[in-house]
Amino acid sequence: MQQQEALKILIADDNDSDRMILQTIVRRQGHHVITAVDGQDAVELFIKESPQIVLLDALMPRKDGFEAAKEIKELAGEELVPIIFLTSLTDAESLVKCLDAGGDDFLSKPYNRIILQAKINAFNRMRLMHQTLQEQRDQIAENNEHLLQEQEVAKTVFDNVAHMGCMHAKNIKHLLSPLSVFNGDVLLACQKPSGSMHVLLGDFTGHGLPAAIGAMPLAEIFYGMSNKGFAMTDVLREMNQKLKQILPTGFFCCACMIDIDFNADEMQVWIGGLPDCLLVRNNGEVVKVKSNHLPLGVLASERFGVETYKFDMSSGDRFYMWSDGIIESRNVEGEMFGEERLNAVVQGCKNRDRLFSAIHQGVVSFIGEGERDDDLTMVEVQMMPQNELGLDEAHLSASALVGPKDWSFCYELRGQTLKEFNPLPLMLHMTMEVPGLRPHSGSIYTVFAELFSNALEHGVMGLDSSLKRSPEGFARYYAERAAKLDKLDKDWVRFYLDHKPEGVGGVITIRIEDSGPGFDHTIYARKKLADNDGYSGRGIPLLMTMCKNVAFNDSGNSVSAEYHWHPEN
Amino acid sequence: MSISTSLSADGSVLTIKIQGRFDFSSHQEFRDAYEANEDGVKEYVIDMTEATYLDSSALGMLLLLRDFAGGDNAKVAITNCNHDVKKILTISNFEQLFEIK
Repeated sequence: MQQQEALKILIADDNDSDRMILQTIVRRQGHHVITAVDGQDAVELFIKESPQIVLLDALMPRKDGFEAAKEIKELAGEELVPIIFLTSLTDAESLVKCLDAGGDDFLSKPYNRIILQAKINAFNRMRLMHQTLQEQRDQIAENNEHLLQEQEVAKTVFDNVAHMGCMHAKNIKHLLSPLSVFNGDVLLACQKPSGSMHVLLGDFTGHGLPAAIGAMPLAEIFYGMSNKGFAMTDVLREMNQKLKQILPTGFFCCACMIDIDFNADEMQVWIGGLPDCLLVRNNGEVVKVKSNHLPLGVLASERFGVETYKFDMSSGDRFYMWSDGIIESRNVEGEMFGEERLNAVVQGCKNRDRLFSAIHQGVVSFIGEGERDDDLTMVEVQMMPQNELGLDEAHLSASALVGPKDWSFCYELRGQTLKEFNPLPLMLHMTMEVPGLRPHSGSIYTVFAELFSNALEHGVMGLDSSLKRSPEGFARYYAERAAKLDKLDKDWVRFYLDHKPEGVGGVITIRIEDSGPGFDHTIYARKKLADNDGYSGRGIPLLMTMCKNVAFNDSGNSVSAEYHWHPEN
Repeated sequence: MSISTSLSADGSVLTIKIQGRFDFSSHQEFRDAYEANEDGVKEYVIDMTEATYLDSSALGMLLLLRDFAGGDNAKVAITNCNHDVKKILTISNFEQLFEIK
């Protein structure tokens, strides 16, 4: 350890014999020595040779040791070059002067080689430590710069996704720090094709990149599905499933999502894991809406619940959502803002137009000089007539209007497939790619389902609905269905599906054919829904109510129907 | 598609919750749901919050329950229907037979 490394050491002394002695001692200890005869010489050699340690006589001609030490320290800059003064001076004042000039230590003449060696070693250790420290500091600074650059890029990407929405609508006021995504806070708003609006406030666990990473898929799903007109509950299910799939255990997203319908004057609220939200009515009533679900990304799909609160809304009613940053804000004494103070602000503010800023002001003045985290996230959504939202109709995102509108396909299902595969979800999925059609999915499913079960159960399998006269018959019908299904072989059912745009909506033409001998559809077609008191026979009348031009061929093994649709308002 | 049931504390109200598509494939499960909880139940609530679609065989199944529960004297409520489900129920005049909330 003593002799770990040969150092380059500069010795400056105007006394030839002293210099020779010291040079000999140091060289014997295995170091490389450079010698200077005065201060000026020392500074010049320092520049030329970059020694690691400098031994400097205090009193020298041309430039004394004090001046040389100052210059050398300055030249060394951030690098630590230990300077040890060599002196025969012993008075305290002179020794202090050595250290004040930038010296790190002093060594009295005559030299004690053991002490000299110990000091060189000690200063070398300090030098190395300083070097390590500096390397690490530079590394940290570089990493930090990198991180900030990466965050900037990530934020830009996220902003591009997040700002597709309608946060600028006149009925929304919000508070969100520019780097909120790295606090795990997300605020999204999107107008649906029907004109109603989805707004989501989310708060991911943790901070930094782990908190931000889930925000991207969340926003993608939110905008992708809302733009296409999916119901809020479908959007929530999808987001939950995605987050559950990608986030490690223990990471999740507390969230509150609303669907505010400006035509029906209704609002639905789903809330999981966020602080109580408030519905502040125009008439002064304040309704607390409590979280009744687990956050997104915790439960597996089959256990995830989508029950919502439903509220009738009047113009001027306001709904408030916030992350825990609001009530957990702390003042200098470490006290939390808390729900009580929040309630006091809400109760105390009579002018509802100013409630949002009153809450913001309340929190900010409460924090005072306290530490301000950048995670004050809050949003106010107000009920108002749709035409006052300030949203351009064309804003109903372009992606909602683009998609396949004019197409047809034929899908033939043969025996083996009919046994084990339900084609309806797939066909519905393809049909729903038509922009604007989504709100009709339920009706279209029913139409498909009626046509398909008629073709399969009556056409192919020849089952008789009159079995369904009693509960037992009902069961027998489906037992027989299962038995006959199992025996299918050369049979088939064929769908012809066609969609053509018509005005702002369109027409779906469905023709379905089957390999059976046909059935007497006239009995069913004559039935009226109103005076049917049996358990069956509603399929075809239902079809005739929902579709136009329902036509059977004579034998009843080919049926066509047209479903006309208009975008819902 | 799955069906779950819950009984009120006093055992008089049976809630049957439908998830996903409500069609013939759930016939047995739906029947079991109310036949297994027969004793003391005076009212039935069909919770459609999570039902996505239904077809005419589901309508038949609802009528089976209604008759099981006493026909015209039955107390059966269908709650939390989405827009599509409600539309089918309305077209079929089920509002006259059930309490639809």
